Amino acid sequence: MERVLLAKNLSLAYGKNVVISGATFEIFDGDFVCVVGANGSGKSTLIRALLGLSKPAAGKILYGDEMLKTSIGYLPQETKVEQDFPATVFEIVLSGALGRFGKRLFYRAEDKAKAEECLKELGILKLKGRGFGELSGGQKQKALLARALMATSKLLVLDEPSNNLDFKSRKEFYGILKELKKGGLSIIMITHDLDADDLIGNKVLAIKDGKVTLENVDDYLRSFK
Amino acid sequence: MSEIIEMFSYGFMQRALIIGVLISVVAALLGVSLVLRKNSMIGDGLSHTAFGAFAVATVMGFAPIWFAMPVVILASFVVLRLSKNKKGNGDTAVALLSASSLAIGTMAISVSKGVNIDINSYLFGSILAVDWFDVWLSAGLAAVVILTYVFLHHRIFAITFDEEFAQAIGVKTKFYDALFAVICSIVVVLGMRLLGALLISSLIIFPTLSAMCFSKSFKSVVVYAAVISVMAFVFGLIISYLLSTPTGATVVIVNLVILVFLKVMKKAPLLWG
Repeated sequence: MERVLLAKNLSLAYGKNVVISGATFEIFDGDFVCVVGANGSGKSTLIRALLGLSKPAAGKILYGDEMLKTSIGYLPQETKVEQDFPATVFEIVLSGALGRFGKRLFYRAEDKAKAEECLKELGILKLKGRGFGELSGGQKQKALLARALMATSKLLVLDEPSNNLDFKSRKEFYGILKELKKGGLSIIMITHDLDADDLIGNKVLAIKDGKVTLENVDDYLRSFK
Repeated sequence: MSEIIEMFSYGFMQRALIIGVLISVVAALLGVSLVLRKNSMIGDGLSHTAFGAFAVATVMGFAPIWFAMPVVILASFVVLRLSKNKKGNGDTAVALLSASSLAIGTMAISVSKGVNIDINSYLFGSILAVDWFDVWLSAGLAAVVILTYVFLHHRIFAITFDEEFAQAIGVKTKFYDALFAVICSIVVVLGMRLLGALLISSLIIFPTLSAMCFSKSFKSVVVYAAVISVMAFVFGLIISYLLSTPTGATVVIVNLVILVFLKVMKKAPLLWG
């Protein structure tokens, strides 16, 4: 299996507080890793570091051979935009291609075709021309997931994506993630609590008292019994 | 009609029209990003800073525009930096900046002796205050901003919609923040003399809000905001000439009427069932 990401002796700080110290772990092709930990344990700080949004206090993060830091598909916890923000679903999804732009200024025909493909894959092609503010919570998450898919073919990073979803939408959203994993995509997802129903991945990356452990879901659940 | 033809036969009206149209376009383009990123009050804070800088420069005998420009650019960087502060004290910073700059400007004018300053023209603008140098400066600025929006439109959209995501996929958000700060400062300094320190920020805010009444996409809001902004300025200028009203205030009222009209039209289907 191809290695997608390696964190080596990683220490992360939030302000002056060190929240994670000396973490070493590897993520491989097709892994679906659920990141768990209590509030304030450093889950979001870890995600920000993996995305290159903040610098590690120590250690390093290495990405796979055919991967750039800017080609990670990211789905944030929530978008802070107002209900009346003027943006169509297609504009939002297309913006995922910017990571591959380089010095390019405009979208190519293949970017537009890929955006349509992502929308189709998530079953929301018919929403292409709709305004973002007109969408339901579940549809918004799907649109943002399509944007993340537009940015990557290797690694998706999701920060508590089911937080604002109702039970039905959450099940549907998790179903989509499982299908994406089957397609070979690696996924790292913060889950909002330690409920076994939310541990839909094959691995669990647990953060406790600044220490990080990565194990199989079954081993992790067994440790609670 | 003959009055309108006569109006534009005057050199000062021609300059006012050209600068007004150029500043309207630039302010509207900039306004889309500032309003949607909830930074619209920055224009207001910077215009007050510009007032203070103009007053101090005049009293000290410096060329106002060249003194105000770096001062306002510096202030814009400080405000933008504070607005990014997670403690959320950006609004407080703008309020402090506005009040302090007004006070410094007013104090400078009041203690100066032998300097004739028309405080009203700084606060409310004057179409007589602009010269051909301002026209060329505005044309250069407009060209830079319009080209920036044409070529970097997709990146500006990404930052405006979701800055964190844009940063994650490699868009240089800090560069764009600096760019917005510089453009905003130049717009304020150039536009202030025409529309006044108290009214220039309306050119940044109103057209975007009006365009958002009927546009679903970011691209169409950018285009319509520019069109509305220019229309409002031209109508405002003509009305102010015909009715002998202050130009800045008339332009703002035209913008207000357009916004109220569009808001009512948007709600009309609901009101009429």
